[in-house]
Amino acid sequence: MVNFTLNGRETTFDGDPETPLLWVIRDAERLTGTKYGCGIAQCGACTVHVNGMTARSCITPVSALEGSSVTTIEALEGPEAKAVQAAWRAIDVPQCGYCQSGQIMSAVSLLQFNPAPSDDDIDGAMVGNICRCATYKRIRQAIHDAAKTLEG
Amino acid sequence: MGIETIRPSRRAFLAGTGLVIGLTLVGRQAGAALLQGVPQGAGGRQADLNAFVRVAPDGTVTVLSKHLEMGQGPYTGLTTIVAEELDADWSQMRVAAAPADDAVYKNLAFGLQGTGGSTSIANSYEQLRKAGATAKAMLVAAAAKEWGVAAGEITVEKGRIHHQGSGKDAGFGDFADKAAQLEAPDDVKLKDPKDFVLIGQDRHKLDTDEKTNGKAIFTLDVLADDMLIAMVAHSAHFGATVKGFDDGEARRVPGVVDVKQVPQGVAVYAENTFAALKGRAALRIEWDLSKAETRSSGQIYEDYRAVMKGDSFEAANRGDVDRALTTEGITSMDTEIVFPFLAHAPMEPLDAVLMSREDGSIDCYNGSQFPGQDKVAIADVCGVDASKVRINVQLAGGSFGRRAQFGSPYMREAAAVFKASGMKRPVKHMWTREDDIRGGFYRPIYVHSIRGAVDKDGNIAGWDHTIVGQSIMNKDDLDDTTVEGTADMPYAIPNLRVVAHQPKLGVPVLWWRSVGHTHTAFAVETFLDRLLEQGGKDAVEGRLALLKDSPRHVGVLKKVAEIANWGAPLADGRQRGVAVHKSFNTYVAEIAEVSLGDGGMPKVHKVWCAVDCGVAINPNIIHAQMEGGIGYGLGAILFDSIDLEDGGAVRQSNFNDYRSLRINEMPEVEVAIIASSEAPTGVGEPGVPPIGPAVANAWRRLTGRPVQQLPLTSGLVA
Repeated sequence: MVNFTLNGRETTFDGDPETPLLWVIRDAERLTGTKYGCGIAQCGACTVHVNGMTARSCITPVSALEGSSVTTIEALEGPEAKAVQAAWRAIDVPQCGYCQSGQIMSAVSLLQFNPAPSDDDIDGAMVGNICRCATYKRIRQAIHDAAKTLEG
Repeated sequence: MGIETIRPSRRAFLAGTGLVIGLTLVGRQAGAALLQGVPQGAGGRQADLNAFVRVAPDGTVTVLSKHLEMGQGPYTGLTTIVAEELDADWSQMRVAAAPADDAVYKNLAFGLQGTGGSTSIANSYEQLRKAGATAKAMLVAAAAKEWGVAAGEITVEKGRIHHQGSGKDAGFGDFADKAAQLEAPDDVKLKDPKDFVLIGQDRHKLDTDEKTNGKAIFTLDVLADDMLIAMVAHSAHFGATVKGFDDGEARRVPGVVDVKQVPQGVAVYAENTFAALKGRAALRIEWDLSKAETRSSGQIYEDYRAVMKGDSFEAANRGDVDRALTTEGITSMDTEIVFPFLAHAPMEPLDAVLMSREDGSIDCYNGSQFPGQDKVAIADVCGVDASKVRINVQLAGGSFGRRAQFGSPYMREAAAVFKASGMKRPVKHMWTREDDIRGGFYRPIYVHSIRGAVDKDGNIAGWDHTIVGQSIMNKDDLDDTTVEGTADMPYAIPNLRVVAHQPKLGVPVLWWRSVGHTHTAFAVETFLDRLLEQGGKDAVEGRLALLKDSPRHVGVLKKVAEIANWGAPLADGRQRGVAVHKSFNTYVAEIAEVSLGDGGMPKVHKVWCAVDCGVAINPNIIHAQMEGGIGYGLGAILFDSIDLEDGGAVRQSNFNDYRSLRINEMPEVEVAIIASSEAPTGVGEPGVPPIGPAVANAWRRLTGRPVQQLPLTSGLVA
């Protein structure tokens, strides 16, 4: 039995404690914005926030989350989230869109810790998020655009 | 604005407020409820003005897209085309996936319903312009009748039907039902392209919003009441079959419900995904390798070199190549270029949800490139009539060709798994990334051998080109995809011979974003670059001189040289390479600027791109596809190879050893679109072919080493 907070709601999971958070979110909680892409923390499609930090939910066993606070794309809020999602929409970042929840979770976290990231900072924060459509040019631009919005 | 969807949330469903259109809510064992997913076609009350255009009473217009949205933008592009001729307001436009119907929704380039070959806009342009114009004519006719005025006096603008004389004014919804009862006119007048108001403008994509908030539904996100998760344990060898298996341990995994043998391997059914993963890992399977492909990639390369000595298919033969290559005073040059297997690796691995309804029919939810074929495959495997199978096409998390398979081998696996389960509970069948990387249907291995010569004036005297590789179309005669881009190269080379060998191999292969052009553009554009240099010609000027009969090649090449300021001095340690290639009737030229990066690895700083795809329906999407095509192609040529080890097993397994380009490796990209009134052609694939040779040409200038083995970084140690 693991108790944690998911998107602000007290949640209990009484299944296999080894279950990765990804499958708890998707199967048990039926929140499907968080995606499976590799299962070994190589692609970042499963990125969520745990206690305010990015985490790859595909390799995070739910047993490690007792008392933690988990946020998924569905409950993302705050000025950084608004700025990032607006910037994403403004220049149509997504193509297939499958990786974009994870991209946005990583980008929001970056801006929460670093409101004016350089290109190198963006590389450092986003290098773990694969986009097979290679929307990277627009991801980079959208993060800069969001940073400008937050600054203004 | 957005994708027309019907998605009852779990909460809404439980509260009894969720509308589950067209589905019966029943309990376990008797067909189950869809909880989340997108049923085929547009929901709600709609008036069908034709197979592609539906108008709701509130005036919203839904375009039924016969093409799958897998990232290349057809949902937005096709909707734009209809809206243009309909004179709709963009804000009233919606899009939904059309049902599977190989007759009504056939791709006019294929003859059956299918998305691929960069054809979505090209084959639909006239058809959907007519669909939009016809719908408009019917709305106008209905209004004219009601208002008692001449149809010719009615104007339509931004979704409003207006009659100046009487001052009458209405929306599309007011006349949708009446219009739907009229006969469609036989002939409608299409707009003069100079009057376009929507086509040619940057337009936001209809699917952007829900792809930025987690609400977009892909097949993996489809949920049904009481649904099982199923995975299949596959062999590490192509062509292996199950000899026997022990499922004792797998069945003891809590949540595992059943284990069944299927033709493709051993299927594990579980109540949740983690149990399915654990159960599959706990299987003990003995494989029969007697019919398996057991050669390594290295052995296959050797075998292909030997094959070149045998009979070949002749794809081009002009002039006298043998004489041209033996004339006195020429300087000849040889190369071999080896291309490995490549996996498509779309972000969403293959998956499908299958569920039975009370009447014995089957609903399939998947991101299907060939929905008509998938329907037939399910019907065949599950033993029902094809009329009892519905394909509900979902958004696909990328494809790059992977979801388009004649005969639907993936869907046959999913259907076999569903059939073996007893078809009582809904089944979500999913592949893991390992299944995807090791699952075959690769871009084939190709070995090219080229011999060329430059005469004493620096002109290319002859070109003799041999290609060895499996036929993607599984043909016994010449497969055009083996030689496309070589036999029809646009350069005025007087003596040219192209021959192909198409050996059989026990590894399933498939088209991979830009098909034959993935290897032919690389071979032609890198070898040409070397011959031009040998002849003392500039890479751009030398190409232009050979392209006199190909104005559209010339147009993109001149444009890219202009925006890149080709010939200007470069920063220390940097070099540039250029390539131009036509694929899918779209012309693309690219220039790449490259330096030696960390550990001697290539660093691609910037790519300039010029594209001529005829009428530019939506420049925003054309730019995106060039950017994405460049990134996708660059990752593959720099890093990627699927290798068969000694014994034939696939070495790679996931993104750790099958690399994808990452954000720190993405170059700056600048794109210019050539203004054109030619019929529109595709953009999903044509950005890919030039990037490899453009980078390799720069790399050769940097290092002095031509790229003869892909990926480019093979043999380099970071």
